[in-house]
Amino acid sequence: MKSMAVSDLSLILSFALVLVSVAISWKEKLGLTKDIFYSVARAIVQLVIVGYVLKFIMQVNNAILTLLMTLFIIFNAAWNANKRDPNPNRQLWQSIVALLIGTYITLGVLLLTQTVKLKPMQIIPITGMIAGNEMVAMGLCYKALATGFHDQRQQVLEKIALGADVKTASMTILRRSIKTAMQPTIDSAKTVGLVSLPGMMSGLIFAGVDPVYAIKYQIMVTFMLLSATGLGAVIAGYLSYRNYFNKRSQLREEE
Amino acid sequence: MALIELKQVAYQAGDQEILQDVSFAVEEGDYLTLTGPSGSGKSTTLKLIAGLISPNKGEIFYQGQNLDNLDLVQYRRQVSYCFQQPTLFDETVKDNLALPFAIRKQEFDEKRAQEALKQVDLPADYLDKKITTLSGGEKQRVALIRNLLFRPEVLLLDEVTTGLDEESKQIVHQLIARVHQEGTTIVQVTHDQEELAASKQLLHMEKGGVLK
Repeated sequence: MKSMAVSDLSLILSFALVLVSVAISWKEKLGLTKDIFYSVARAIVQLVIVGYVLKFIMQVNNAILTLLMTLFIIFNAAWNANKRDPNPNRQLWQSIVALLIGTYITLGVLLLTQTVKLKPMQIIPITGMIAGNEMVAMGLCYKALATGFHDQRQQVLEKIALGADVKTASMTILRRSIKTAMQPTIDSAKTVGLVSLPGMMSGLIFAGVDPVYAIKYQIMVTFMLLSATGLGAVIAGYLSYRNYFNKRSQLREEE
Repeated sequence: MALIELKQVAYQAGDQEILQDVSFAVEEGDYLTLTGPSGSGKSTTLKLIAGLISPNKGEIFYQGQNLDNLDLVQYRRQVSYCFQQPTLFDETVKDNLALPFAIRKQEFDEKRAQEALKQVDLPADYLDKKITTLSGGEKQRVALIRNLLFRPEVLLLDEVTTGLDEESKQIVHQLIARVHQEGTTIVQVTHDQEELAASKQLLHMEKGGVLK
């Protein structure tokens, strides 16, 4: 493992890679320079804090502390997923519920099948992977719902006028939104290993683990992400389509 | 007791005041036409009666009951709103005519749908016709029978013949007349002279209020 350690000097020198994107932004007049420095600074601060927090949690090896850490990850993912919802009537609790259920069901299955063990060094990174992917899927679902209710507003109105309940009136949009949210995970499962060597597998190979052993983990991650993104998108979709209607089953005016 | 009654209804969309202090009643079996210039609030009045929007002030009653106290989903199956430029759903005419059955959790009755098509002079095999191949007049006829497969108490027609060819217009007029004869109350918005003549009662609206 020692051979893998990145020295401080190496890290500082690798900062040159950031300057590449800054140079592109400057040359092409993209106006991204400020954003690049801000995101890099944020990434460094966040990772340093997380590094020390994880080190502490792993040393303590306490179940409650591990659970609290997973809740922290889930809440942050929910907060960010909710921010991606263009609907002004969005509800944070819906993202929290979707992420809690999606993450803990997936994690529960992995624990019950003893694919992972109840150890912080396994639970926390896995939770991060699950919640991160769910967050992206939910964001896609929310955006697709917003597009659907905008583009198909007249259709929804007509179904409502015919006496459809809000669920029936929204079903076409809802199904399409859930599909949109799940599609990237399904597509990436099709190309995994052929186009990209994903994080989990790459990390293990990087750490010197036999690639044949590493793929087992990657297969587990593929299964896990299919479940997590599916659950996250379905729950978020079914909870949030109602935000487009008021309590009187009337389609809200667009803002 | 009036079938529908609006009492001092006002409606505002954003900063724009669309209706102010509108009051009138519709009796069972009426054939009422709302007339008036564009922007006078006719379509908004129909949408309020249909329960698609709610008034900011005032009350609307159906069979003596305030709309606020009714299940609007059930109500809209009784008081059916037909749009000026309707949208057909999914792929085929059948998909559209199946919706009113699905809404009521009933099996699709193909014979009933074919009968309905005949009423608007469309052949039975139109059920499988792709909606993209229909003319504007055919689309409006399909949309209208979609509203009428389960006969509503009140039919709200928002300029449904605007832009239709003469043949489609006549077919729609005949259907509306038949539906009215069979007891459905009609409230419509129109500028069509023939439809105005067929109407039993005219209500003129101007600047968001009812004049007479």
